[in-house]
Amino acid sequence: MRGRRAEGAVPELDRLIHERVRLGIVSALAVSESMTFNDLKQLLKTTDGNLSVHARKLEDADYIACSKSFEGRLPRTEYRLTPAGRRALERYLDHMEALIRAMREG
Amino acid sequence: MPLPAELGQNRPTAHPRSLNAHAIDDLRYIRETMERAGSFTAVSGWGQVVVGVIGFAAALLALGSSSAESFVRTWIAAAVASAAVAGLSMVLKARRAGVPLLSGPGRKFALGFVPPLAAGALLTAALYRAGLMAWLPPIWLLLFGASVVAGGAFSVRAVPVMGFCFMLLGACALVAPPAWGNCLMAAGFGGLHLVFGVIIAVKHGG
Repeated sequence: MRGRRAEGAVPELDRLIHERVRLGIVSALAVSESMTFNDLKQLLKTTDGNLSVHARKLEDADYIACSKSFEGRLPRTEYRLTPAGRRALERYLDHMEALIRAMREG
Repeated sequence: MPLPAELGQNRPTAHPRSLNAHAIDDLRYIRETMERAGSFTAVSGWGQVVVGVIGFAAALLALGSSSAESFVRTWIAAAVASAAVAGLSMVLKARRAGVPLLSGPGRKFALGFVPPLAAGALLTAALYRAGLMAWLPPIWLLLFGASVVAGGAFSVRAVPVMGFCFMLLGACALVAPPAWGNCLMAAGFGGLHLVFGVIIAVKHGG
């Protein structure tokens, strides 16, 4: 049974960053010191509301940190990846690689 | 752990083979997102190659200049043409990659790039009026290099390295005989742009 072999071979999946937009946020922040809300929105081609909801979930999990400031009169929201978020992404990458390995071996 | 159901989240199928495809798709998505957010440079490598060709053409034209004034005019015309090519190629590259130019890497690049360049423009005007044209090649090479280093601080490594090479050439031009100015300009604005343009184009998305 391939499915059962794969289940035994891979660690637990992090549902929080499995979602596409959240995975995109964490991946982008992993290679940038910080990114603004607008940078992320355009990079991930998503809407304000969608990005806000998903970023909030990552913030609540302490995967990303958010700082708010003003640039002139305009509010500026900036995100950074936390150590916990980086570890979560590494675990997720390990998980995907383990899954692919298990499927190939199966 | 119910892997199939979890990996099927947001996706209709949960067959083991499709799980494998989903995992590969996820890894590809992560890699592409990282490339666009991190190692992407808004500087267009192919644009820089064209700028290098313009640099060599300007050096050839300046070589036959009858006066210092025509030498300066030739290089200023080349600078204007190069700025247009570099700007347009940056816009096209960012648009093709789906990366925001004005609020993203392009904005960071411009914030570092423009101030030394503006200083270079003012010094050019002052030295031209004072008739000290021999100082222009080292000033141009040094300040353009400083612009690229400052702008490229937020970009991929090839960009600030190119700026540093320009600064080295500028330092050479400071101590070299004035007659070498045009050759050093050709090496910088022609040669360095060509070499680093190809490196950026090959390694960093065009």
